[in-house]
Parts: sequence; structure tokens; C-alpha cells
Amino acid sequence: MVVMNPAGDIAVQQRDLIVVSTILMLIIIIPVMALTAFFAWKYRQGNKSADYAPDWHHSTKLEVVIWSAPLAIIIALGAITWVTTHTLDPYRPLDRIAEGQAIPADVKPLTVEVVALDWKWLFIYPEQGIASVNELAAPVNTPINFKITSSGVMNSFFIPALAGQVYAMGGMETKLHAVINKPGDFEGFSANYSGAGFSDMRFTFKGVSQADFDSWVAKVKSDSTGLSRDNYLTLAKPSEREPVHYYGTVDNSLFSAIVNNCAEPGRMCMSDMAAIDAMGGGGMAGIYNVVNRDLNDKLMPGRKPVPVLDGDVAASTVKSYVGSLCTPTGQGAGGSLTQANYSKPVEGAALAPAASAL
Amino acid sequence: MASNSTASATEAPVFYQTEEAHPPSSTMLGFWLYLMSDCLIFAALFATYGVLGRSYAAGPGPKELFDLPLVAVNTSMLLFSSITYGFAMLSMERGSKGGTLGWLAITGLFGVAFVGLELFEFTHLIMEGAGPQRSAFLSSFFTLVGTHGVHVTCGIIWLITLMVQVSRLGLTAANKRRLMCLSLFWHFLDVIWIGVFSFVYLMGVLG
Amino acid sequence: MFSNPDVLKFIFGKLSFDSLPFHEPILVATFIGVMIGGIVVLGGITYLGKWGYLWREWITSVDHKKIGIMYMILGVIMLLRGFADALMMRGQQAMAFGENHGYLPPHHYDQVFTAHGVIMIFFVAMPFVTGLMNFVVPLQIGARDVSFPFLNNFSFWMTVAGAITVMISLFIGEFARTGWLAYPPLSGIAYSPDVGVDYYIWSLQIAGIGTTLSGVNLIATIVKMRAQGMTLMKMPVFTWTALCTNVLIVATFPILTVTLALLTLDRYVGTNFFTTEFGGNAMLYVNLIWIWGHPEVYILILPIFGVYSEIVSTFCGKRLFGYTSMVYATVVITILSYIVWLHHFFTMGSGASVNSFFGITTMIISIPTGAKMFNWLFTMYKGRIRFETPMIWTVGFMLTFVIGGMTGVMLAVPPADFVLHNSLFLIAHFHNVIIGGVVFGVFAGINFWFPKAFGFKLDAFWGKCSFWFWLIGFYFAFMPLYVLGLMGVTRRVSHFDDPSLQIWFVVAAFGAVLIAAGIGCFVLQIFFSIKNREKLRDVTGDPWGGRTLEWSTSSPPPDYNFAFSPVVRDQDAWWDMKQNGYVRPLEGFKAIHMPKNTGTGAILGALSIAFGFGMIWHIWWLAAVMFLAMVVVGIGHTFNYNRDFHIPANEVIEAEGKRTRLLGNQA
Repeated sequence: MVVMNPAGDIAVQQRDLIVVSTILMLIIIIPVMALTAFFAWKYRQGNKSADYAPDWHHSTKLEVVIWSAPLAIIIALGAITWVTTHTLDPYRPLDRIAEGQAIPADVKPLTVEVVALDWKWLFIYPEQGIASVNELAAPVNTPINFKITSSGVMNSFFIPALAGQVYAMGGMETKLHAVINKPGDFEGFSANYSGAGFSDMRFTFKGVSQADFDSWVAKVKSDSTGLSRDNYLTLAKPSEREPVHYYGTVDNSLFSAIVNNCAEPGRMCMSDMAAIDAMGGGGMAGIYNVVNRDLNDKLMPGRKPVPVLDGDVAASTVKSYVGSLCTPTGQGAGGSLTQANYSKPVEGAALAPAASAL
Repeated sequence: MASNSTASATEAPVFYQTEEAHPPSSTMLGFWLYLMSDCLIFAALFATYGVLGRSYAAGPGPKELFDLPLVAVNTSMLLFSSITYGFAMLSMERGSKGGTLGWLAITGLFGVAFVGLELFEFTHLIMEGAGPQRSAFLSSFFTLVGTHGVHVTCGIIWLITLMVQVSRLGLTAANKRRLMCLSLFWHFLDVIWIGVFSFVYLMGVLG
Repeated sequence: MFSNPDVLKFIFGKLSFDSLPFHEPILVATFIGVMIGGIVVLGGITYLGKWGYLWREWITSVDHKKIGIMYMILGVIMLLRGFADALMMRGQQAMAFGENHGYLPPHHYDQVFTAHGVIMIFFVAMPFVTGLMNFVVPLQIGARDVSFPFLNNFSFWMTVAGAITVMISLFIGEFARTGWLAYPPLSGIAYSPDVGVDYYIWSLQIAGIGTTLSGVNLIATIVKMRAQGMTLMKMPVFTWTALCTNVLIVATFPILTVTLALLTLDRYVGTNFFTTEFGGNAMLYVNLIWIWGHPEVYILILPIFGVYSEIVSTFCGKRLFGYTSMVYATVVITILSYIVWLHHFFTMGSGASVNSFFGITTMIISIPTGAKMFNWLFTMYKGRIRFETPMIWTVGFMLTFVIGGMTGVMLAVPPADFVLHNSLFLIAHFHNVIIGGVVFGVFAGINFWFPKAFGFKLDAFWGKCSFWFWLIGFYFAFMPLYVLGLMGVTRRVSHFDDPSLQIWFVVAAFGAVLIAAGIGCFVLQIFFSIKNREKLRDVTGDPWGGRTLEWSTSSPPPDYNFAFSPVVRDQDAWWDMKQNGYVRPLEGFKAIHMPKNTGTGAILGALSIAFGFGMIWHIWWLAAVMFLAMVVVGIGHTFNYNRDFHIPANEVIEAEGKRTRLLGNQA
């Protein structure tokens, strides 16, 4: 039972918490179950020798006990909960690699960027400049900082032997800090249903020595494929049971682009959108900054289609998004904003603050 | 706790009513409960607007889109309609069928004016390209304000129905009860609108 | 003309010949089975000439007792459907290892688990609970009917309409493949472009209207229609729990309505509530749906706690221990259930302080729940326990439910939840509380109140068989899931690679078969009880030595429930009457004012099915026409002022006289 016998310090503490809370509750549960069985047997109708008190229905002493005993347990468990929720917060950087073992001064945490795709996992190692699909490796006793996102559908990043799960959500970055203490191959998977290929959305997590990790990195680096944006967009297309493969180089800006929903060219990044919105929005001119693409990747200028009016096909096969304001290739609507699509007078002030915000 | 010995020894306990019992009418309580559930619908929509109301998706925000004078006129239509509904209820109390119907008709006209102005505003926004599809802010705006508008429309249909019923059968007890319910509903929508006006329009444009 | 695609599209929307699942042999066989069954039932009714009887006495009935019984029948029928889904899942997971991919492809399997969850919660547990409340509450408070009898009938038919809409998805099109709460973005138009999610949305919206109105109705009934002397603290515990549950219904179902409406707008109109591209946020949906979803589980369990309270004190022949603390516990649970919703997604990254707040509030709920458990325990203490079927279910519940409560508190500890969330441990936990709590309680309640509804007891032998199969089957089916959860196995998986897991799934499948036998025994129990009804007959109206008012009238109760409205002096009103020389009145009967039956509810329900179907398949003309028809029928109904009548005094005299003679024969 991997949850009861994990290999990472965080998961070990979580296991201990399960054990402690179970024991605490058994203090109440066992007497209740025993008394239920005992009373059911003792006060059965056939046992005429047992007391019968049909009107006995109140006892202040008992009432105090039955409210305060569970209360005491919950106060204890609540205190444990408050403390452990903070110490085991997945967002909190580790302060130890195992019980009684502080992080050695020479150990630098490993950063891994995790992307849940339909239906496979992409792991980007920004410090090493490599990426792998459906295989994750990390040196033992080295803190790992996971940054987690999804290309769209919600998944949950879970390696039971290592640490608890955290959701992977589109347009958002979640975090997990963990450490693996024992070498070995462990199972990782998505713990949140995400569609047809979900069952096989599994990967291997390799806990290895530093030397083995270095050689794993070298092996990945030797792969000639690079993870450019184009390669990422190809990879992101739905597929099932994707075999393990590597990318020897990685576009450094890719993960941030995925998190901000702008890996595709011509899309406005959510961080830019938020900056514009914080200034009061993109003004009336922003209305027309909408791009639609059909399945054949043809550009359709204008506004987001209304599914029930523009036909059912449009709803599922047209992707609409906010165009980026400056695209060097001229693919975005932004580039052609003042020429083709925009026929109304521009309220000049509207776009100016937005542009300066960028 | 009550015990079994509450009845005094001299008096036999009474276990049932020999006269037909008439429980008090539950209609007003039931209608209040319905209004509270409706209130939660608006609460959830307000919460949604609170979460998404500043997500303009690099599109226009309230300052560019809302026309406060128009909304102020609109608001006054609804406030006037509440007053005239009040007059309708006063006429009903006096037993004046004609007065009730007259004030109800005026209330209905104010209501129609309100819905008409709102539809004008919506059409204008959609024509400009600021439809509910443009941003999460506009989605939540159209849904919150539109839900209120749908409620007012239902209220108008109900009001017309009641006018027909009052004119046919007069101010019977049943009709009076129905007028009371509609009155609650109408004023309730007024209160919601004050929230919409302050929270969405005023805070959007001035805030 | 019909070759023109635009015309076809106008007439049929998205519906086409391909929407019929001819390629799925399981569905074709089911369809043929349902058709044959349907023809037999409908033919039988026609042959016996019972259509008029059904229409007059049941379909149009506003009698809370008949509506309650119809809710229970709906629950049983949908239980069979929902349980068939469960068996299919257990079968698939027991065989789909390695090379063997089982018999259900993901496309089908994902619909099965979604439908199982939706049906079991909305169309099994909810009708059962609503049915019990509908039948019992007015009787317990000494009322003639509910506050709004027509609304009651309408609510029921809306629930049926929702259930029928789900059933249609089995044969026309498909159901959602999203899980029972349909989280976006997966349930959005981009990832679920077909009609499955639309079936989900419209069936729940239609049924939800019924549920909300039924909640309003029962609150008004309990607040306004209690018998003289029944102060709040003299209300039977079941009525108390029903009151709290209905408050929760009215306070939460509107949130569900809004949440689903926003999802509808995203899918139909292209709004951006839950899609990130234009500033929406899927986490909003998750929060909103659980603000409804968590209270929903208390909506189910609270009235069942009430059922157990009634049964324990009745079969122990003893006053309920700690009535006051029971009431306060119920109210505390009601309030707390509203501030725990976030514990369903600790793993979303809300931060440690938020997570611990919701974790601790969740644990606090276990205190009043524990108090209730102790109250039942000390009611048994110094009692004279009669192990009739309802009491056996109750003891089974007490032993099973505490395990579910314990695992629930474990899941409430956020760091522990990080490893247990979405795992089969979670599945085992909530089946532990829903089967061990709600389902056991429903069967206890059915066995307890069946003689009240029909005038004869249920067969004890088959009832006990049913109980033992359910109990043992439950442990076989769900204890392995706890183990699998600790082995790190997640939910909703249709195929596994690790062969060491298989044995546990096989054991769980065996447990499911045992439960199937339990359901079979229940059906047989009903069958044999009807067959031997003369032997099981109870003419006293009080077969168990009851304590509350429903046992003071005849079984089945007359339309008017009580010839004279009772006057209550004690929380165990009927017990008090029996102890203090109550004599059944034999004369002085008067005409009784009652509501009239109406077909409007059934008609509106039927129209709403067609409306929903039009919306699901984008057949706009159908949806528009049906919507208009619903408005017209609804308004038309308000023009009917003639809604009540008097049962003449001589009919009351006749009914009561008949009972006097029966009681006399008995003596």
C-alpha cells in the first residue's frame, strides 16, 4: 500500500497524519461500536432480567460527556490540522529533506515545470533546458519545486510515493514542494478525471542518485528534438498512451506562455490581459481584438460566435481568443487592427494606457 | 421537558378538537420563502459579478459602456412603478376595483418602459460589439441584469393576468392575496435593482 | 423538401438517425427489454381498464400520502437503473487489466459513472427522502395535507420529468462524460460538444425546480400547519430534521440552478463564465457547485437521522434520549453544512489558512453527529429492544455509519486529503455514509411506515434477507475500495496495468452482486407481502406500538388523515394519548375541507420534458412552443378558483364507522 509506505518525506508525514487521526478517532469509535453491540444484545426483548426504564430520557451528566468527549478529540485533531496544514502546505518550500535532516548547504532545489496535456504529462526542466513526456526523474534527497499547469482540462498531479496531489488547471499555476528519499521507480498519474484518455494518463517517476540523474539529463539532452512552440502545439493535440520521449532543448518562455494561455501565436497572454484590465480594460477598440480560428487554422476576424445563432458546428470547431496587441509576424488581429477589421473611429485614449502597460 | 402529568387530576385531558380547525393561511409565508430562494439566485449572480466583474479580457469596461443618465431614467421607471403599485394596494384596501385596476395599469406601463429601456441598452451594447461573449465581465453583467429583466417581464405578465382576474371576479379574498404576493414580488425586484444600480452601474462608472 | 439540410436541421436540430445507438449492443438489448416491459405494463393497465383510476386517484392526486408513495416508487425504479450502472462499473473494473480492456470503452464507461452518480443522488436518494417527508410529516404534525397541495403534485411531476429526461439519454444520444458534477472546462462546449452535458443540465434544472418548490412547501407546512399544542420543542424529531432539510433545500438549490444556468449560457450563448480565453474562471464553478453540493449530502442524511430517531425510540419502547440535544445537534449541522464546501477541493491550492479553516469546520460537524449517535445509543440503554426489520436496519446503520464518519474526518485533514482525495478511499467513504446512512435508513423507513401506508406489514423474512445481503454486500464491495485507495488507486479509471490490484476489484464486484441480491430480496419482500397481505394485515393502525401522531389514525389513513384535528401535549403525542386514557371519538363528525385534484402538474411535467428535449437537441421550434404552452397552462391554472371541496359529514361518518367495526372485530 503505497500511501501507507511512501518514499518521500512529505508523503511520510502525510501517512503519519492518517495514522494519528485514525487512532484519535478510534478512541471514540471503538467504544461506540462496542456499546452498540452490547446494548443491542443486553436490552433485547427476550432478556427479561435487563432493566427497563421507558421514561428515562435525560441525564445532564451523560449529555456533558457525549458532547465534550467528541469535542476534546476534535480540539486535539483541529490543533494538529492547523499545524500540519501549514507545515505540509504544498506551496511552502521545504526546510528539511527527512526527519532530523536539514537541507545540506550544497544542495540546490530542482525546478520542474509540469504540464498536464490531453492525455499525457510534459515535464520541463528549465535549469537543465530539457523536457520529457511521461517520464520524470529527480535525484534523491534533493528538494523538488514543481510548478504545475494544464493545457486546458483540469487534472491532478499525483505521485503517491512522493507527496500529495495538487490540481493542474488551465490558465493557472499551482505549486508543489517535495523530496524523494529512496531511489526507485514510482507511479505517477492524473488523479482527476479529464476525459477519454484519462485512464492511461500515467508516467514513471524515477528517484535516482545524483550521478544517475546527471546521466539521465545527458541522455535527454542528446535527443535532437527541441521543444519549440510549434512542437509543443503538435504535442498538445489529444493522444492516448503516449510513449516516453525527450526534448534535448526547450524554448525558455514556453512554460510561462502555457500558463498564460498564449502558446499559440497571436494570442494575448493572460498576464498582459490582466495588466490591461487592471488599468480599466482595453476600451472600445478592444472589442474588435477577437480572433477566431477554425479547425483548418483559418483566421476569421470579428467577434466570438454565438453557438446557437452561428450554427452548432461553429461552437465546437472554432477557437476564439483575444488577439495579442503586437505580433511581429502579423498573424494576430492586433497587427491588422487599424486596417482590415476596424472600421469604427478609434477612441484614441482607450488603447494608449493599455499599450503603455505592456 | 413536558411530562405526561400536565393535565390536572380533576380535568380530563383534551386530545382532539371537536370543531373543524382552520390552520392559518400559509400563502404569505410560502411566498416569502420563494422570494428568499429567488434572492439567493440573485446573490449567486452578484457573487459571480463580484468575481468576474473586472475581467474585461482587454475589452471595454463599465466606464466606456454604461450610460448613467439612461440607467438613471430606467431606475426611476422602476421606482415609480413601486410607488404606483403601492397606490394600487391602497385602492384595493379601500375596495376600489377601478382604482386598483387603474394603478395596476400604470404600474405595468412603468414596468414595460423599464424593460424597454433595458432592451434598448442591451441592443445598443450588442450592436457595438460588447455582447455577453466579449468578456467575462460582460457575461456576468448581461446575466445579472438580464435575469432581473426576465423577472420584471414575468412580473408584467403576472400583473396583466391579475388585472384580468380582478376585472372579471372583483377584489375577492383570493385575488387580494394574489395582489399581495405580486406586491411583494414587485418591491423585491425594486430592492434587487437598487443593488444592481449601485453595485454594477454606479460603482462601475464612478468607482 | 426533406432533402434540404436546412429544413431538416430546422425540424430536427442536432437530432439525426445517427443519434440512436444501434452500434451499442448493450443499449439495444436494454432498449428491447425496456420496450417489452413497457408494453406489458401499459398493455396490462389498458387490459384491466385502469387508466381512469390511475389518472383520477394517482396522477392528478394532491394527497400528500399518494404523492409520497409515488416518490418512493420513482426512487425504487431509478435505484434499479442506477444500480445496473454500478454493476457495469464493478464488472468493467474487475476485468479490465493489462491486455484485457473490458467490455466498456471509455466513451461508454465515462457515461456510466456519470449517470450512476447523477441518478443515485438526484433520482434515487432525493425522491426517497422527499417521499418519506411527504408521506410522514403532515401525519406527524396532525395536518390534513401540506400547505400547497397542488404545488406538491407539480413538484413531483417535475422530478419525474427530470428522471425521464435522464432515461431518454440512454436511448437517444448519450449522457454526459464528465463526472456527476460536470466540472468545466471538461463540460464546456469545447471539450464536450455533444448533447450529453445538455441532458445533464436540463434534467437537473427541471427536477431542481420541483425540489426547490417542494422545500418551500414543506417548510410552510411544518411552520403553519402543526396541530394545536405542538410547539417547536414538541415536534417529533423526524419533523425537526425534515424542517432543517427543507431549509437547506431552499437555501442551496437556487445556487445549483444558477451554476447550471451559467454553464448553459457558456454552452449555448458563448458567454465566458468558466472559460479562460475571455477572463472566465473554472474555479468559480467548482466553488458554486459545492456550495450547493455539500449541503446536499446533509439534505439527504438529516431526515434519515430523523427516521432512525423515530425507529429507535419506538422499538426500544422508550422515550428518545436527549430530545433537546438531538434538536440542537440537527440545527447545528444545518448551519455548519453551509461553511464546509471547500473541503471538496483542498487540492486546488487555496492556501494553508483557508484549507485549515474548512478542514476544522468539517471536523466540528462530527461533534453534533457524534452526539446523535450517543443519543440513539442511550435510547437503547435500558430499553426493551424488539428486533423487527426497521430496528435491524438501524443497528446495522449505527455500526456501519461510524466507520464512514471516521474516514470522513480523516479526509477533512487537508494534508491527509492530499493523498486520499479523488482516490477509491474517497469513493469508499461516501458510499459508506450514503449506503450505510441514507440507504439503510430509507429501507428502515420503508419497513417502518409501509404498514401505515398500506395497512399491512412487510414480510419479515425477506426483509431480513434483504438486510443481510445489503450489509454483508456493502462490506465486501467497499472495504476493498478503502484498501485500493491506500494503494494509490484513483477513481473513474476504466483500465489498469497493475495486476496486483485485480483481486480487490474482484472482491468488490462480488460485494456488488451480494447487494444486487439484497435489492432482489427487497423486490421479493414487496411481492410476497402483497401476496400474503391478509396474513400481514394490521387493522389497529399502530402495529409497532408507535409514539407519534401518524400511528393514531387508521392504516392506510383516510384522505383527510384525522377526523378531528389532534391536540398535542407531549413530544411523543400518541404515546401520551395511549398512556392517559385517549378514547377514539365515535360521533360528532363534520364535513372536512379538502383540496381538489388537478391534472395541471402532470401536464406541466410532460411539457417540460418536451421543452428540455427541444433545448437539448437544439430543436428551437419545439422548445419555444413547449415553453409557451407551459406558460399558458400555468396561467390557465390560476383562472381555476374552484380548488377545494368538502368531504360531506356522512362520508366521514361512514369511513370512521368502518374503522370502528374493524377495531371492534379485532377486540
